[in-house]
Amino acid sequence: MSESAPRPAEQFADFAQQGEVAQLGMFVFIATEVLFFGGLVFTYYIYRHLYGAEFAIAGRDAKLMLGAINAAILLTSSLTMVLAIEAAAADRQRAILRWLALTVALGFLFLGVKGWEYVTDYRDHVVPAVNFLMKPGYGGPAELFWVFYFIATGIHAIHLTIGIGAVLAMMRFARRGRFTPVYYAPLEVVGLYWSFVDCVWLFLFPALYLLGRS
Amino acid sequence: MTTLTADLPASYLTKEQTIASWLLTTDHKRIALLYFASITAFFFIGGFAATLIRLHLVNPAGTLLQPDMYNRMFTMHGIVMVWFFLIPSIPNTLGNFLVPLMIGAKDLAFPRINLASWYVFNLAGLFVLYFLFMGGVDTGWTFYTPLSTHYANGYVVAAAVAVFINGFSSIMTGLNFVVTIHRMRAPGMVWMRLPLFIWAIYATSAVMLLATPVLAMTLFLVGVERTAGVGIFDPALGGDPLLFQHMFWFYSHPAVYIMILPAMGVVSELIACFARKPIFGYAGMTYALMAIAVIGFFVWGHHMFTAGISIYSAVVFSLMSFVVAVPSAIKTFNWTVTLHKGRITFDAPMLYALGFVGLFTIGGVTGLIVATVALDIHLQDTYFVVAHFHYIMVGGTVSAYFGGLHYWWPKITGRLYSEMLARFAALLTFLGFNLTFFPQFILGYLGMPRRYYAYPPEWQVWHVLSSAGASILAVAYVLPLFYLGWSLFRGERAGANPWRATGLEWRTSSPPPAHNFARAPLVTSAPYAYNPEDGSAIAQDGAHV
Amino acid sequence: MEWVPFWPRNAATAATPVDTLFIAELAISAVIILMVFAMIVGFGVRYRAGSDASRSNLVRKSWRFEIAWTVATFLVFLGLFIYGANLYVWLYGTPPGDLEIYVVGKQWMWKMQHPGGQREIDTLHVPVGKTVRLVLASQDVIHSFFVPAFRVKRDVVPGTYETAWFTPTKIGEFRLECAEFCGTQHAHMLGSIVVMAPADYARWLADQGAEPSLAQQGEALFRSYGCSGCHGANSTVHAPPLDGLYGRIVHLQDGEAVTADEQYIRDCILQGAARIVPAGYPPIMPAFAGQIGEDDLMKLIAYIRSLGRERHAP
Repeated sequence: MSESAPRPAEQFADFAQQGEVAQLGMFVFIATEVLFFGGLVFTYYIYRHLYGAEFAIAGRDAKLMLGAINAAILLTSSLTMVLAIEAAAADRQRAILRWLALTVALGFLFLGVKGWEYVTDYRDHVVPAVNFLMKPGYGGPAELFWVFYFIATGIHAIHLTIGIGAVLAMMRFARRGRFTPVYYAPLEVVGLYWSFVDCVWLFLFPALYLLGRS
Repeated sequence: MTTLTADLPASYLTKEQTIASWLLTTDHKRIALLYFASITAFFFIGGFAATLIRLHLVNPAGTLLQPDMYNRMFTMHGIVMVWFFLIPSIPNTLGNFLVPLMIGAKDLAFPRINLASWYVFNLAGLFVLYFLFMGGVDTGWTFYTPLSTHYANGYVVAAAVAVFINGFSSIMTGLNFVVTIHRMRAPGMVWMRLPLFIWAIYATSAVMLLATPVLAMTLFLVGVERTAGVGIFDPALGGDPLLFQHMFWFYSHPAVYIMILPAMGVVSELIACFARKPIFGYAGMTYALMAIAVIGFFVWGHHMFTAGISIYSAVVFSLMSFVVAVPSAIKTFNWTVTLHKGRITFDAPMLYALGFVGLFTIGGVTGLIVATVALDIHLQDTYFVVAHFHYIMVGGTVSAYFGGLHYWWPKITGRLYSEMLARFAALLTFLGFNLTFFPQFILGYLGMPRRYYAYPPEWQVWHVLSSAGASILAVAYVLPLFYLGWSLFRGERAGANPWRATGLEWRTSSPPPAHNFARAPLVTSAPYAYNPEDGSAIAQDGAHV
Repeated sequence: MEWVPFWPRNAATAATPVDTLFIAELAISAVIILMVFAMIVGFGVRYRAGSDASRSNLVRKSWRFEIAWTVATFLVFLGLFIYGANLYVWLYGTPPGDLEIYVVGKQWMWKMQHPGGQREIDTLHVPVGKTVRLVLASQDVIHSFFVPAFRVKRDVVPGTYETAWFTPTKIGEFRLECAEFCGTQHAHMLGSIVVMAPADYARWLADQGAEPSLAQQGEALFRSYGCSGCHGANSTVHAPPLDGLYGRIVHLQDGEAVTADEQYIRDCILQGAARIVPAGYPPIMPAFAGQIGEDDLMKLIAYIRSLGRERHAP
């Protein structure tokens, strides 16, 4: 990518078109992801309806505090991401890097908390197929709750990791001065993806952690 | 390679000839050819399985193949043909090549994603080859649980991974098309001037994008269940096998529309050109395409009429299945009536297109029969269903694919093929196809179930007829390889518009230059501005052709 | 319809209505196909390039035609749908039968149990003219119980009971097939339904040798599995009584009301107290999942069904 006057890619007439196309593409991609996670959440809710009592008892062992902390971390990281985009629009180059770095840090923090949570889950013997132990009061389908818990949070973590990678890539471009008020569409697009990953957590959190606690 | 292009003017084919320039290309036209190579290979793999199946079924005792091998053959046939041939066939070859050309763009919105999608497709294909050579899968392409998760002893996870990865390729393709069609049309190319092929690709892409992720999740859960031994769909551990079916069919029914909608788009292009008449009811045709795409999401339960769903849901799904047939019927009538007062020639593409209309009609009315719940109780899981979907997918989609391949061959390669051989192949296809699959309707009502490697001797006559037809069909499908391949070396040079068609793709050279158009087109005319009264036509950029 | 050389046999009450509907749809299909083919050939010939047929006065306003054939198509389809749905409700809804047969499908055989305790493998003897109600279970994967001559098919799904019915109208032997792919020997999971005259059937039943009826066998299992410990007459445990349970509405602890059919009883036995405790009872019933096979489950259910009705009724 040359440092001289940036130009839109061959197939585009101007930066405006390139930017719009990029955003539309990300929205369409997010739509597919909604259906991907949606399929999982739908299946989860079917079983939750079918086995309400067992899921409620199993769900009480999910680490509510850690889940809530993670929700706060992600929400904050969405804010820092948006601030990075604002900085690009206002041509404050160092601010872009600062906010992106903070977003990455918060992302890693989320993964750290999640990793710790998995360690405690392992110690509590709730990992299906690995060391799951039926507790008193757990019905047969309780293991099913934990299967969904690990699949859902695991796939979410993978998406978040990809997001962190994307933000790191954005930092690399930002360092080279690629984002100007004329064209900062890649930041917006990554921002959209990041907000989406955040949104997914906002759905998973009540589904998995707030079960049976009312 | 040099002999193929030595006497062609500068074009996307001649631009650079290194292997790297092909394998790292971002030119949608080259990517279309890369896909063509891959899916042709898979077509022959799936076809090989079909050949073995039909050979085996000539004998009622079923001795050619061992039972397990037979089961693996029909599974392989289904998986390869559905995901590695039919779904990508028209969109990834003809669609990739034509979408930017038809809308007057220089390329797709995301050329690198386009190239990546081909690599992803081939990565999935590697998993297919892996499970094929390691010993196969024998669950049927439908992976029903708990057979696939706990009882099958083939490479189920590898197969699930292959299809999962293939899904990414589908999604990337659909995403590219949707964004391109929305944002990269040439000036003047408003929505209601788009060729019906573009509308069809658009509808197909919408379905691909919304349905494929659900399949991905479903197969992922199957893989987890099989690997980790947990009970998501296993009743012994609290799971529900019917939930798998609901989720699987929620994708797989729209998938059949992914397979047929692009074919419908191709047929509209062909019939308009060779009847030299605008398609009757253009607006209705666009609504019909979108209606099929939308309503197609609400009929999946008709695959489960005997599976144990409630009477109420069965009745609702039956009604929706009838409703989704209405737009298809409208399209059939519109194509047929387009011929009225046209100026019709019977070139090979037109023969394929008319064959499509006939075979699709037969497939469609038999679809109504199986949509009738009371009849489906008897017909579900019999050869009647097999015949029905082959009429649509093979009689329909494959005919349209071959028709489109012939029609756009001059544009893609700059060469003309042997018209006589092509017409012969088209007629042979129609005859061979009917002989192969019509007897299967009879077998189905008689009560022959699907996926049987042996059957009572009194049904042998139908199987022999079917296998005889299959051998004719095989010739019809292999023949084009020869004369199309031959045309690359010795075919007459094609001009820019050998068919005098009106699409923007015909307003540039054959083959097109790397960036499609010397000057960005300005669209002033509706599509299909053919005038049958005097045979004249106006291309979409206003030029007389 | 048996004068048609390639028509399946017609041997049950369902066959004629199904065949009639099928023929009606075939006829409509033939009309549509012929119409389309005739138009293609007709227009193709008349309007081929070089013919001197008039191409003037082209139809410009296509809306009228399109609305007309859309509406016509929709009405025809709606008619077919209603005809089919109506017939379907009769075909699918299982009536109380004259005779109840418990069927277990497993790789790769069918096991039939008569209420009188007679057992068969891959063959089912039934009397002509009586409505047979089938309770179908699977021991492993999904199978499908299909008798083409009766036009009846029902998937056999592990973890649930399906019910189906037929009323044979002809004496003879009719093919039974498995219609859902179930593994290697799917194509040989075959059997036959042997329909006999009532007198012959009675003789056949007697010939099977004196065996305890299904319900009697179930009673023995009820004791051996320990059910009578809590649900028996002298139990000190507060367990729901089972007399007259079958078919009654049960109110569960979470407020839901369910009908105590075979599926409910099976779920109670297999899953214990976790889910479906009736209101007012402590959730202490153990789960028997993995301990009782499908055959035994059916015997227990047959026994429980007989409670509160005439005991040991075949």
